[in-house]
Amino acid sequence: MRKKELKLVVTFHTTADAMAMEKACRELDVPGRLIPVPREISAGCGLAWCAPLTERERLTGVMAERGIEQEDLHECML
Amino acid sequence: MIYMDNAATTLHKPDAVKQAVLAAFDTMGNAGRGASEPALDASRVIYATREKLAHFFNAESASRIVFTANSTESLNIAIKGLFYPGDHVITTVLEHNSVLRPMYECQEHGVEISILGCDEKGNISYDEMERAIKGNTRAVVCTHASNLTGNMIDLDRVGEITKKHGLLFVVDASQTAGVWPIDVRKTGIDVLCFTGHKGLLGPQGTGGMYVRTDVGIRPLLSGGSGIDTYNPHHPSQMPTALEAGTLNGHGIAGLGAAVSYLEETGLDVIREKEQSLMWRFYEGISRIPGIKVYGDFSTRKRAAIVSFNIGDYDSSEVSDELNMEYGIVTRPGAHCAPLMHRALGTVEQGAVRFSFSHYNTEEEVNTAIRAVEELARE
Repeated sequence: MRKKELKLVVTFHTTADAMAMEKACRELDVPGRLIPVPREISAGCGLAWCAPLTERERLTGVMAERGIEQEDLHECML
Repeated sequence: MIYMDNAATTLHKPDAVKQAVLAAFDTMGNAGRGASEPALDASRVIYATREKLAHFFNAESASRIVFTANSTESLNIAIKGLFYPGDHVITTVLEHNSVLRPMYECQEHGVEISILGCDEKGNISYDEMERAIKGNTRAVVCTHASNLTGNMIDLDRVGEITKKHGLLFVVDASQTAGVWPIDVRKTGIDVLCFTGHKGLLGPQGTGGMYVRTDVGIRPLLSGGSGIDTYNPHHPSQMPTALEAGTLNGHGIAGLGAAVSYLEETGLDVIREKEQSLMWRFYEGISRIPGIKVYGDFSTRKRAAIVSFNIGDYDSSEVSDELNMEYGIVTRPGAHCAPLMHRALGTVEQGAVRFSFSHYNTEEEVNTAIRAVEELARE
């Protein structure tokens, strides 16, 4: 397994929101990727956006700019 | 073969649609089920198609576009999910069974329905629509164009009525989406139901609906959603709320390519071509003795459909003759529009329906006119 480090994880209500996030981040050159939602956040399935801790401001900016609704914003060891 | 049954389904699709479907077979996993590359590829293609359709119909956002298998599924979701016993809903005799049958089911469960009649040309009265509104009226559900006559309902006018009286406005765009521009917000449409395989030029098994923000619809199906697994209820967030189970990703890939083709080609170009073929055919056959054409041809605003009968010949016989002797594909019979046939007095005879695509040619139309002329002489 890869070495874990603290990361930001944004969860969404729907897959459509997660896909909107990926598209926006790619267009605006904000780093990160879609991952399966980690166990410590939710026992259900779904997608989450995982990004370096340093990107918090840019991530919230992207979501505000594009009207993307997050479910929650977490910090996780991943 | 000359294919002139485009109101049933468009046979000729853009090459890009076929390529997109084929490509999807090599790349697509299950959308929203995990974050593997194949699963993400499917999610991306589906989301991109949502965005395209949202732009195409001027929806508020991609999340207001729901994918279904066809208009019938969309209309069932809308009609069965919006109304409660005691509600009154107005519809018209122009409707297809995909509107009428779910409405009749609602009626059996206590929803009151009024079905507006039509004049001899097959047009409804907007004054009559307004007069039908009562205290418990919740909605108007109507088609954009009759699949039998090609007559159109003026959505702007209905939108004004529904807005004035605070009613929901549900539209069946099966015969017009992809040919006539539809702006859901400008027109005041609350729910737009469309199929992918007709004017939108996508694969069969694709379709969808637009649902305005704040319009809540009880889901017809519940089940796998890819999210919120331990919730005993289906998620309420759109579009997932109305999409249970694996979507038709391969088909949706094709639908996305089809919408791009329509945007690139231009609806005006497509519509003008269809219209010129329809008018050429109409003018060619309407002068033939013994031909009775149905619908309103006094307006240029109509779908590219010409339905008619020759004398008292069975429409099935005429359509079969066109197929076997001339290789011309049309549709006879009742076209799932029972009330329109009743209004036109064609329940027994049915009607022969020609419906055009921008892929048809003037030569094909000339051949079709000659074929009808010959059959009418016999």
